[in-house]
Amino acid sequence: MTFITLQSLEKSFGATPVVRTFDLTLEKGEFVSLLGPSGCGKTTVLRMVAGFETPDQGDIVIAGESVLKKRPNQRRIGMVFQSYALFPNLTVAGNVAFGLRVAGMDRAGISRRVDDMLAMVGLSGLHGRFPWQLSGGQQQRVALARAIAPRPQVLLLDEPLSALDAKIRVSLRTEIRAIQRELGITTLFVTHDQEEALSMSDRIVVMNGGRAEQIGTPQQVYDRPATRFVAGFIGTLNLIEGQVSRQAGTASILSAAGDLPLPSDSAATGKVTVAIRPQAMSPCAPDQGNLRGTLRQIEFLGAFTRLHVTCAETTVQADCFARDLPPGLSLNQTIGLRVAAEDCVVMSG
Amino acid sequence: MNLHRVTSWIAFALAAVYFLLPLVATLEFSLRARRGVYSLDAYRNVLSDPQFHQTLGYSLILSLATVVLGVLIVAPTAFWVRLKLPRLRPVVEFITLLPLVIPPIVIVFGYIRLFNTSSVLPLTGSAGGTDFLLAAGYATLSLPYMYRAIDTGLRAIDIRSLTEAAQSLGAGWTLILARVILPNITVAILSGAFLTFAIVIGEYVLAALLNRPAFGPYMVWMGGNRAYEPAALAVVAFGLTWAAMAVVQTLAGRAKHLNTSR
Repeated sequence: MTFITLQSLEKSFGATPVVRTFDLTLEKGEFVSLLGPSGCGKTTVLRMVAGFETPDQGDIVIAGESVLKKRPNQRRIGMVFQSYALFPNLTVAGNVAFGLRVAGMDRAGISRRVDDMLAMVGLSGLHGRFPWQLSGGQQQRVALARAIAPRPQVLLLDEPLSALDAKIRVSLRTEIRAIQRELGITTLFVTHDQEEALSMSDRIVVMNGGRAEQIGTPQQVYDRPATRFVAGFIGTLNLIEGQVSRQAGTASILSAAGDLPLPSDSAATGKVTVAIRPQAMSPCAPDQGNLRGTLRQIEFLGAFTRLHVTCAETTVQADCFARDLPPGLSLNQTIGLRVAAEDCVVMSG
Repeated sequence: MNLHRVTSWIAFALAAVYFLLPLVATLEFSLRARRGVYSLDAYRNVLSDPQFHQTLGYSLILSLATVVLGVLIVAPTAFWVRLKLPRLRPVVEFITLLPLVIPPIVIVFGYIRLFNTSSVLPLTGSAGGTDFLLAAGYATLSLPYMYRAIDTGLRAIDIRSLTEAAQSLGAGWTLILARVILPNITVAILSGAFLTFAIVIGEYVLAALLNRPAFGPYMVWMGGNRAYEPAALAVVAFGLTWAAMAVVQTLAGRAKHLNTSR
């Protein structure tokens, strides 16, 4: 059941359009990430949902009701900020209790809820500490507890992990997702970190230039990028340009680097760009591969080894486990690269 | 000790002498009320004068009212300008500087013309009304200091994020100001408050022309009618002001200590 609808949202700052015809629907309890580079409009979308920015056009419907005319404090939306935004004059308990006091909850109820929320984020016993006495990770946990304490109908997370160090970022994203699942709260998450988006989300919206380039599950966005931008933004991809050839019932893509198989469900014609993940290419003998080229570099990256192979004028990357490497591989040797048809993502142009 | 250091110490000593010598002279003079020996007679006379207590008490109450009025005007204005109208900051800063270039006599004559007994709002017709006018005048005179102190305090905190966090938790503007913004700029407000206090305690023109029993006119009256007591009064007023400054410094130091602990 659709819980949030963002309908044809448009927003400009002065003469600069920041969000253009943006449409999105969220199911109840869904975790959706807005992913994109800086300046792509993802934070502006979030701020419009929160009520801190007013769309120039379009509508925002939450639980069947347009919230455009509601002020931010009337929307029942919890928000976690990149900078934590904890109230420095209040203790941890005071911060978590803030929204509950505003809502007019009685003292006993506030005390119980504060205890529950702090236990949920793993900060029991830190009630009396002030924000400056906590680490970054603890502060963000308090911010999360504060945001969910009044039981908002929507949770907005504005790059909440960006200011934390790598290890805490990984553990906290797992915790945030677990808490979100437990509460079943519909969540919109803004990030520029593809790993965060891929690991946490039910669906990802990849944004570029104020538009949604692709909306899909992490798997869809990763395996089947809809545009060149998405292909280039998420993970490492080899982009090979070629021409579709259909002759005598067989179809393939002819490129300077070699002939690639055309997926059976593809109706592409003419000039195309084929996107292939490095892990979908496996090295083989020169006469057995779809592509043929010169091995320029062998990069040992711990879990796997990356081969850089120059095929015609394009250098492609192939990732494989050490045990799958052909024996006696040496630099400047001619090798083949094998690709399965289902691993070729064909994009027109 | 190198030459640069020596020069610095000489410059410091000259400045200290320039500043301290008149104070020492005033202090020394205030102690010479009794012929041939140093005594505290002048201070005794001042402190036992009922008018001293009455005028000082009046000015203290007025300074409190001025601080409240100043905070009520300046804090929401500075907050709103920083949050919503940052482009207007230079204009607002310019307006707050006007009391430094417009003499108090212009302000007080303006008040008397606007609020005299034959005007629509005859504030000068009653003691309470005139007291309010005086507090408003003091608030205007202290505007440059109060605005800068509060604006500096607001600059030190992330008011946008704090405001938005409070809004998302359901708080309205009044609650945000009272529970989130003001408690986090307490030191700045105190700093502005003590500067206001220093201005109100020594102000003469507004109080004299509005004919109110304030400390400033009392000091002037004392200066014209006694010999040693005005010097004692000056030392007392100076001590009060410096005590206020010391409180500000202590509070600011504590806030700095807290900030560095973060």
